[in-house]
Amino acid sequence: MSPILVGIKRVIDFSVRVRVKPDGSGVVTDGVKMSINPFDEIALEEALRIKERNLAGEVIAISIGPAEAQQQLRTALAMGADRALLVQVERPVEPLTAAQVFLKLAQKHQPQLVILGKQAIDDDNGQTGQMLAALWERPQATYASKLELEGGRARVTREVDAGLETIEIDLPGVVTTDLRLNEPRYIKLPDIMKAKKKPLDVTTLAELGVTLPAQGIRSLKFEPPPVRSRGVMVKDAAELVAALQQRGVI
Amino acid sequence: MNKALIVAEHFQGKLNASTAKCLSCVQGIGDVEIDIAVLAADAAAVAAEAAALGGVQRVLTLERPENAEALAAVQAPQIAALARGYTHLFGPSTTFGKDLMPRIAALLGVGQISDVMAVQSAYRFHRPVYASNAIVTVEAPAGQIVVATVRTASFQPAAGAGQAAIERAQVEAMLPTHTRFVSRSAANADRPDLQSAARVVSGGRALASAENFKLLYQLADALGAAVGASRAAVDAGYAANELQVGQTGKIIAPELYVALGISGAIQHLTGIKDARTIVAVNKDSEAPIFEVADIGLVGDLFQIVPELERLIRARG
Repeated sequence: MSPILVGIKRVIDFSVRVRVKPDGSGVVTDGVKMSINPFDEIALEEALRIKERNLAGEVIAISIGPAEAQQQLRTALAMGADRALLVQVERPVEPLTAAQVFLKLAQKHQPQLVILGKQAIDDDNGQTGQMLAALWERPQATYASKLELEGGRARVTREVDAGLETIEIDLPGVVTTDLRLNEPRYIKLPDIMKAKKKPLDVTTLAELGVTLPAQGIRSLKFEPPPVRSRGVMVKDAAELVAALQQRGVI
Repeated sequence: MNKALIVAEHFQGKLNASTAKCLSCVQGIGDVEIDIAVLAADAAAVAAEAAALGGVQRVLTLERPENAEALAAVQAPQIAALARGYTHLFGPSTTFGKDLMPRIAALLGVGQISDVMAVQSAYRFHRPVYASNAIVTVEAPAGQIVVATVRTASFQPAAGAGQAAIERAQVEAMLPTHTRFVSRSAANADRPDLQSAARVVSGGRALASAENFKLLYQLADALGAAVGASRAAVDAGYAANELQVGQTGKIIAPELYVALGISGAIQHLTGIKDARTIVAVNKDSEAPIFEVADIGLVGDLFQIVPELERLIRARG
């Protein structure tokens, strides 16, 4: 049975209060807790559930990031991934480059599905899945909240602004996860021990034949968001309605 | 001279307000000629609406039966073909545009700028990262098309009226058949959608039961507002998960956000910090929500909420 590829990005943990560096070059990451991007955890959980229903072969966890991203890949292995691959890069890559990496790996492993998070909670781009689907010339089902596989096809319920939309795609294809697709499992201690014996390979962009774009989108300066200031206090409901009217919101 | 193409968002024969907001973002580029693309099975009504927006040069329609539903895989090759010769290609950062635009960017072989919240120049933009906990200035390379999505909450609809020419466009594009629309269901047909609503009424743990959440629904209906909830209220089982507002739920930017019995945990504040006006009602005067509220009221929800509903309904 064909495998499932899952993207695992190392990001600042969602519970950390992110702070911009005083020189505006980025955000503070020293000594900050790092985790798997929450949407990627959901992607991995979905892949594992498909495998547990005997509908897929190996689940391969793939990260593009620094050497330290091996920690997140070990966590993915402990959750249940069969093998892991780190594409080690010195600096973060743009989504288009990430999509090119996944394209190379899709061509190599011939998966039925590539499941990625709908976005990473660091750069909030939300592009890699759609870009991969375009380059791979395959379907995309973004913002998935339900995924059913049946005879070479997937029926995917998507969370869209208007409500829920269901589409059918031929496999192989790309699915990106929304929060409500599933609840990722907790890792048990024996799983952590087992994960240490699972294969975790490291490769590079050059080895995969992916080149960085000659000119990409550059981040020039990071700034903290404008701070909201404390407003007025009112005494009762009538004053509140009056204040709303005064502001022209009702 | 810049030449920009905006991808229109529409639904059931009506132009979505996100298109006029994209237009005002693109107008900020300066020295720009703006076209709008409408993909549909029958584009007439939507094209007429788009042509009436202020400052549009041409409305280009791509009419074919395959465009009856907005499927990114089907639309992307058509728009990629249509985009040749433009310096900028913009779409809304709604689920429609977020699904579609990166697919087009990849077909064009360029990166994308997501969630433009301010325009500094034709190639420099501001966008939020880390759930709006940082704002980054980004620069797209000159000499290639700039593909971007527009954070609609950051822009007012373009002002003025216009009379743009409507032209039928022709493109050569192979359309895939691997993606098929099945069905759509409105989450809450009788109430505005939480993600895009202009007004939102949200409840927290202090509502103390699912039953009490009905109070909040009545106030929301009086305001024509969508309903949201804090994570604490969702975890306690008072509200459905899809109503969750915050970093782990929906990040929203309504005109009016009314927080009832919500203390204001960081992860909740992240989800509402771009709301234009925040109202907080809470019995604890020390609650952190008051730090960010534009209008605060300390008191008992169970008295205040029905009173508010009555006063708002009385206004007509």
